[in-house]
Parts: sequence; C-alpha cells; structure tokens
Amino acid sequence: MTAFILARLIRALAVLLFTVTLVFVVLRLSGDPAQQMLSDNAGPEALAAFNAKWGLDRSIPEQYLYYVANVLHGDFGVSFADGRDVFTVVSERIPKTLVVTISAFILSIVIGVPAGIIAAVRRESALDKGVMAAAVLGYSVPNFLLGLVFIFVFAVWLRVLPSSGSSTWNHAILPVATFALFNAAAVARFMRSTLIDVLAQPYIAAARADGIPHLEIVLRHALPNAAIPMVTTLGFVAGGLLGGSALIEPVFSWPGLGSGFVNATNTGDLPVVQAMIVLFTAFMVAINLIVDVLYAVLNPKIRKH
Amino acid sequence: MTATTSSRPARGTLSVQSVRMPGSIALCCAWIAIVVTIGITARWCAPYDYTHQDPLARFARPLASLTHLLGTDYLGRDVVSNLMIATQTTLMIALIGSIVCAFIGTSLGLLSAHFGGWIDNAAMGFADAMAAVPFIIVSLSVLAFFGSSPLLFVFLVGFASWERYARLTRGLVISAKEEGYAEAARIVGVPPMRIYLRHMLPNIAGPLIVQFTVNFPEIILLESGLSFLGLGIQPPETSLGLMVADGRSYLAIAWWLAAFPGAVIVLTTLSISLLGDYLRDRLDARLL
Repeated sequence: MTAFILARLIRALAVLLFTVTLVFVVLRLSGDPAQQMLSDNAGPEALAAFNAKWGLDRSIPEQYLYYVANVLHGDFGVSFADGRDVFTVVSERIPKTLVVTISAFILSIVIGVPAGIIAAVRRESALDKGVMAAAVLGYSVPNFLLGLVFIFVFAVWLRVLPSSGSSTWNHAILPVATFALFNAAAVARFMRSTLIDVLAQPYIAAARADGIPHLEIVLRHALPNAAIPMVTTLGFVAGGLLGGSALIEPVFSWPGLGSGFVNATNTGDLPVVQAMIVLFTAFMVAINLIVDVLYAVLNPKIRKH
Repeated sequence: MTATTSSRPARGTLSVQSVRMPGSIALCCAWIAIVVTIGITARWCAPYDYTHQDPLARFARPLASLTHLLGTDYLGRDVVSNLMIATQTTLMIALIGSIVCAFIGTSLGLLSAHFGGWIDNAAMGFADAMAAVPFIIVSLSVLAFFGSSPLLFVFLVGFASWERYARLTRGLVISAKEEGYAEAARIVGVPPMRIYLRHMLPNIAGPLIVQFTVNFPEIILLESGLSFLGLGIQPPETSLGLMVADGRSYLAIAWWLAAFPGAVIVLTTLSISLLGDYLRDRLDARLL
C-alpha cells in the first residue's frame, strides 16, 4: 500500500512539473507581456525598462530556471498590475473559492446520490423519468446561464437575495446553488447508471434468489460495489468545480480564484496567471491522487497488486 | 479472393430498423433541423443587418411590434437578426471544433493502438496531462496571451476533449483487432491502412458517433462560456454566448436580451444530448 501511494505521489509530482514547464513555455512564447501591460503608445525605452525590471530580457531557459528556483522557495514573483506579492494576491482568494466549491460539492452529493439511487431502483417509473429529465436539463444549461437565471429570479424579481459580492453569508447562497444543481445533475446520472450496472450482476441475482429483502440487497450488496466507480466520477465533479469557478464566480462577482484568474488574463498579469494555473493543476493533481488512493482502499483487487 | 477479405456487412452496426422513434426524439430532430436551417440561411433571412442600430427604438419589448418581433437591445439592434447570426456563428464553431476534435482524437487513438509501445505511452501520457488541468483555464490563458482570433478559437475548442476520442478509439481498435474479420483481412495481406479505414471504422463507428453527440453540445457550452467571459468571439461578430454576456448588464430592465440566446443554447444542447442518448440505446454503443 505504501509503495502504491508513493508511486502515485511521484507520478503526481511529475505531472505537476510537466504542466508548470508547459505553461511557462507557452505563455512566454505567446507574446510580449510588456506590450500588453503598458499602453500602446509606450516608447521603446519604457518597454525595455519594463522587461529589464521583470527579467523578461533574458533567454527563456534562463528565465525558466530562475522561475522554478523561485517557485521552490515559495516565491511566485510580483503582480504586474499592482506590484504586490503574487503569493499573497493568490492565497487571499483561496478560502473564498474553497467555501463555495466545498459546500457545493457536498450539496451535489446530498442531492445527486439519493436521486440517482431512487431512479435506478425504481427504473422506468415516473420518478426515474423525472430525475433523468432534470439531470439531462442540468447537463444542457450552461452554468453561467443558470447563474443569471438565479440572479434574475431571486435578486431582480423576488428581491430576496443579493446578486453579487461576498460580504455576508447570504451572498454565497446563489453561487453555491448554481454550482450544486449543475453538478447534482451529473452525479445523479452517473449514480443511476452505475447502480443499474451493479444490479444486473449475477451476485445480485444470487442474493435475490436467496430471499434477501430488496432494501438490504440495494444497501448492503449493490451500493458498496457501486461506490468504487462513483469515486472516479466524484473526482471528475470536484475537478469540474474548479474549472467552473472561472465561469460562475465572475457572474456573481465572487472574489475567488476563478474571477481572479479571469481578471488576471484580461489585464495580462502574467505572474498571477502562471501562479494560478500552477495552483489549479496542484488542486487537480491532489484530487486525482485522492481518487487513486480511495480507489485502492475501496477495491481489494487493486490493493493486492 | 476479395470476397473472403470483405468484413461483415460494412454498415452492419449502423443499420436502422424501421422502429418508430418516440415523439420527444422527433421534437429534438425538428428543433435541430430548425437551428441548422437558420444557421445556413441566416445571412439571407435576417430581417435586418444584425449590426444596424436604431437609437429611437432602443429596448423595444418582444412581441410589442411586428417590426422587431423579439425586441431590440440597448443600441436598438434587432434581436431576431442578431440571434440568427449568433446561432450561425456558434454552430459553425461547434461543428468545425467537433470535427477537429474527432479527427485529432481518432487519429491519435488509432496510432496508439497500431504502434503500441512508446508511441502509445506518449499519446496516453499526453491525454492524462490534458485531463490534469481544467480545460477552460488553459483556453482562457491561451486566448488572453495569444490574442483571440477566430481560427485560434476554433482549434482551441476543438482541442477540448480529444483525449476521450483517443481513449475510445484506442480501446475499440485494440478489441476489434482480435476479431475474426480483422485477422482474416490481415492474413490475406490487406494493407493496415485499408483494414482500419475500410473494415474497422464502419464497425466501430457507433460509439464514435455517440461520442460526437456528447462532444458537440459540450463545445457549444465551451464556446458560449468563453465568449461570455469576453475571450471568445469578439464584437462586431456575435455569438450566442456573447449575446448572453451583453444581456447580462440589462437583466433588470430587459430580460429578453439574455433570455432568447440562452434559450437557443439550452434547447440546442438539450436536443443533441437527447438524440445522443437515443442513438446510444439504438446502436447499443457503450462508451468506454
């Protein structure tokens, strides 16, 4: 088990390093940050001074080594926009994003898993069709549009919730609801199909022939087996929440990583963008690592290898 | 000799028995047909030039007058005309993007399955790395720093989930190789390229088509998302996502600006998803 986790850990670090390198090279090749930050009529001396100040006049391999060495010391550079330390700029946004994504993640499991189980057990019933219709609809509505619909209904029309900002707990309700409903649809859909697959297995038929009550078959025999593929799906959902934050947070002006990232790309704030991509990748790699380890814990077949 | 090399009836997996399709699927097909027709004919059928501004008729409510059936926006532009052109743009991007995606993914999957070894490892490793970063994050930064051009944009959305095609094709080809017809064709000396394209592709087309119906709405959503954030299609061009973004600021006084393009996005992605589900059941194609 330790060897397994160690191997996964090394692999995760390799993916992280690969991504950091790729992002660095692509972003450095993508144009002139000086041109982007300064106005169009900045003179050549101003551009040269800017490049010299941020070390952008050196060769790319040199800049890369310099960057990696600094990152390993926790130094992600300084924001082009306001000269503040990137580490501070980025890390003060992390709690905001975690609050929304973690509550949405829990909520989507609480809604999606029971809905999927009911749909699978009562297959082809009106309840199943209702749940599946809601799930397909949730799949087809762009998440930012769902956010706008919520703003329209609850802020503009009913005037019961604030539309943007983050000063009170009430401000978190709409972003969390948007995230959660969107992902609950995906969770319900996967839960249903996974459970239907498991219920078709021979050992379920054997349990049924043995006269074990239906409820017990579902709870004791089917669900634990359905949990294994569900872990992978939940990993995808968690990853999707991170990507989704770039779309949903700006809708609600929620000052988390997502809207910070969109702002930084709009202003061409290279150090911030770079640090955020590294952070997003680190989160994703961590999620995948957790999924792999959970998978091994839950599934004895893998654990033995 | 050619008779023995030919595989099962070439389009066996795609043959459609004459079973009546359910009403909901017929509705989906009807909507898709309408949207496609609008997409093709938008430039000729739009009642106004979509950029034409009429400052005296700003914020006209929908259905209030026959001249602007779905109302006008904050510059007095006709919403119907804008919607038609936007639908065209979004569909074009999604279509080209989906084809690019299917082509890249299928080719890499085929190469992986054919050569195996380090090529397989490299392709699958690349696929893993792609899945390690949320794609919208990658596309936002690429568009921001390279500058958004329509060509870059189309290829970028096309790059979004090629790895799923690659994994799918790789798995299908590896298992198809074991089947009698591929083996038979190989033994009598049919060149590999011909085996893949002429014999194997028709047999594995079902799951790939279903993947296409999953991928297409996702690309529509990605396009509208990126345009919504202002990094996709740039004005004066227009797209459904851009129209929603435009309408966002006027939610309190002119709900129709965001509502109509939003409805077109939802109905279109919904129709294609439902059609895809139906095809999956009919073709009995399980996605890997």
